[in-house]
Amino acid sequence: MKKLSARRRHPLAAVVVLLLALAATGGLYAAFAPASKAQADSSSQSLAIDEGKKLFAVGCSSCHGLNGQGTSDGPSLVGVGSAAVDFQVGTGRMPAQQPGAQVPRKKAVYNQSEIDQLAAYVASLGPGPVTPNPDQYQPSEDKVTNAEQVAKGGELFRTNCAQCHNFAGKGGALTDGKYAPSLEGVDSKHIYEAMQTGPQNMPSFPDTTMPEEQKRAIIAYVQNTNDAPNPGGLALGSLGPFTEGLFSWIFGIGTLIVIAIWVAAHTTKAKKS
Amino acid sequence: MSTASGTTTGASKPASTRAKPANKAEATADWVDGRLGIYSLAKANLRKIFPDHWSFMLGEICLYSFIIIILTGVYLTMFFKPSMAETVYHGSYLPLNGIRMSEAYASTVDISFEIRGGLLIRQIHHWAALVFVAAMFVHMMRVFFTGAFRKPREINWLFGFLLLCLGFFDGFFGYSLPDDLLSGTGIRFMEGAILAVPIVGTYIQMFLFGGEFPGTDIIPRFFTIHVLLIPGIMLGLLVAHLILVFYHKHTQWAGPGKTEKNVVGMPLMPVYMAKAGGFFFLVFGIIAAMSAIATINPVWAYGPYRPDQVSTDAQPDWYMGFAEGLIRFMPGWEISVWGGHTLNLGVFIPLMLFPLVLVAIAVYPFIESWVTGDKREHHILDRPRNAPVRTALGAAWISLYLVLLVGGGNDLFATHLHMSINTITYMVRVGFFVVPVITFFVTKRWCLGLQRRDKDKVLHGRESGIIKRLPHGEFVEVHTPLSQTDLHTLTAHEQPQPLELPAETDENGVARKAGVVTKTRTKLSEGFYGEGNQIAKPTSEEYLEITSGHGHH
Repeated sequence: MKKLSARRRHPLAAVVVLLLALAATGGLYAAFAPASKAQADSSSQSLAIDEGKKLFAVGCSSCHGLNGQGTSDGPSLVGVGSAAVDFQVGTGRMPAQQPGAQVPRKKAVYNQSEIDQLAAYVASLGPGPVTPNPDQYQPSEDKVTNAEQVAKGGELFRTNCAQCHNFAGKGGALTDGKYAPSLEGVDSKHIYEAMQTGPQNMPSFPDTTMPEEQKRAIIAYVQNTNDAPNPGGLALGSLGPFTEGLFSWIFGIGTLIVIAIWVAAHTTKAKKS
Repeated sequence: MSTASGTTTGASKPASTRAKPANKAEATADWVDGRLGIYSLAKANLRKIFPDHWSFMLGEICLYSFIIIILTGVYLTMFFKPSMAETVYHGSYLPLNGIRMSEAYASTVDISFEIRGGLLIRQIHHWAALVFVAAMFVHMMRVFFTGAFRKPREINWLFGFLLLCLGFFDGFFGYSLPDDLLSGTGIRFMEGAILAVPIVGTYIQMFLFGGEFPGTDIIPRFFTIHVLLIPGIMLGLLVAHLILVFYHKHTQWAGPGKTEKNVVGMPLMPVYMAKAGGFFFLVFGIIAAMSAIATINPVWAYGPYRPDQVSTDAQPDWYMGFAEGLIRFMPGWEISVWGGHTLNLGVFIPLMLFPLVLVAIAVYPFIESWVTGDKREHHILDRPRNAPVRTALGAAWISLYLVLLVGGGNDLFATHLHMSINTITYMVRVGFFVVPVITFFVTKRWCLGLQRRDKDKVLHGRESGIIKRLPHGEFVEVHTPLSQTDLHTLTAHEQPQPLELPAETDENGVARKAGVVTKTRTKLSEGFYGEGNQIAKPTSEEYLEITSGHGHH
């Protein structure tokens, strides 16, 4: 200490203190400052945003506004996240063909890399749900675990999904021409994103109310319903008793009446002629 | 040796008037006759004559599907556990593994996947039930449109009607038993309907369910009703129905040699024994084929019932669809009456309309005989066109039923026709009142048109398609006259005259006033048979005049 106090009048003392202070603040800053976006941004990411912005200007901005701020024809996209874009554009719903009760699923207009660019741009407008990666949405490959997921998922599906999408995910009617679409042939990723973002009339199920693993279970259930063979024969659309009634009239009583006509027409002669 | 034994028996028996039995079968028959009197029974009934027509076999479809339901139902009761005790499933159907469910549901899934032939039997049972009710419906329509319900068959019409209603309910109870998501939703629907009954609704609900919904009593109770109570009553009614068919003898279509006093056809033994026996197997075969081809009520896919879960497309089986339609198209009116008691009209009004729709068709025979004043026996059937008002009323009833079925399936119509469910519901609301009226008038006009066509055919014959040119240049089409048989058949029907108001003065010249009832009845009778409501059938004078006069007809 003595040495230090002896040198405090040294001509270079101020310089040393200054250097130390600078080093301390700089070090503290380096230690505590949030990892800067600008720094983490790889050049490919910013390139994707730029490309996405261009695609957005051409294909989306007429309804959603040049900066995705929304217009009278389309909602604001600030904060919807990349998952929403991946779902809407990936299932062909966006760009929408025409206004109506609901925008239907159709053939996708953009390819996956264009969708990723659009998603990157929209995500850059504000934080929102992020496009999931396969280990988030892929149900287990293991047979036993998968069966567990299917069983659990069935229960979750019946509690949360079946009232609109029907017990087998065949879809159902909502008010005024809106509907819950069929889940046949829908990508697991898109099912996950739909649950996360709640597109159109669907409520959203964020991770806080439905954790990732429950979403995976539901996806496992839907996959199983779509792929597993039906033990009873033709499923008749899995639409419940209505189609069964139709089948019993057309195939059942219809055939039986035809047979009755046949039996009545082929009768014995009262007399041998 | 055989001769020896024969003589011994003959000697030991008291002398009989009958010849010695020719073989073992006859000996057995003799034995049974001595105790049950089957010979006189057989003599009276085996040669019973039945007329031949495909529409007379519709009732057989009902009978055979009913037998199939009983046979398969017995098999199912051996494995079904009518219990709401909770269990955890660990069977071979993995998607349900580890799920909590009732014993009833678990045993239904086991019947489907563990019991040999269980799924097929279950599907036969259910498909046969749908076909059974459909066949009863078609059979009833046949009886209705041909006027076979007229005296002396009104009681049998009511028996048939009761069988139909009981079929509806037994089907509903059966649908409720597996305790899957769909059946639980159905029970909840029924509970809601009961609760909507003013004053007593809540008490009935508590009594029926043994507490709050769903409780643990409802499945065992429904089981008893489904397998014992209703089938027992139905079996009794069915036997009564068939006995009455034998007693009244079968109706027949008009034709040469067929009168109100005879039945022209073929005997039960051997013709109808063979036909009916063969038809039973055909019905069984078709139903079994349906069951092997198509799923019905995939309980494993519905999942077990939990009151917090529901699936869309929750409809009842087709025959109850009209009740669903009544509920779905009814606006959700709710009023509060004295002291804050809620009157749920949105459910209560449909609940009251439900029996009315059914009763409307049940009481029709009595209404018709009252309106027309016809108290005679009828064994010759009407062709539907020759009873235009009856046919139109029947068609109107069917159209109402169909409108309600559309209402009951409004969500499926919405998704599959890409329409708004609200639009469909509004259409059903309007259609409920409008469609039957339109159907009535269209059908009546149609019948009258067909009557005119018949008249034309009788008087002018069939168009032969041959065009003849007469010497003076005129072209005529040659008509071939109908055969005597066809002429008879087309003119055999009666054409009743409408009732007339009683004379304004009685025999003493005192003014008499017709009451409102008499007036209404006369007006209705005019509507049935009055001018413009039936086309006068050709008389033989008309026929002779036309056929004798000029050659080119």
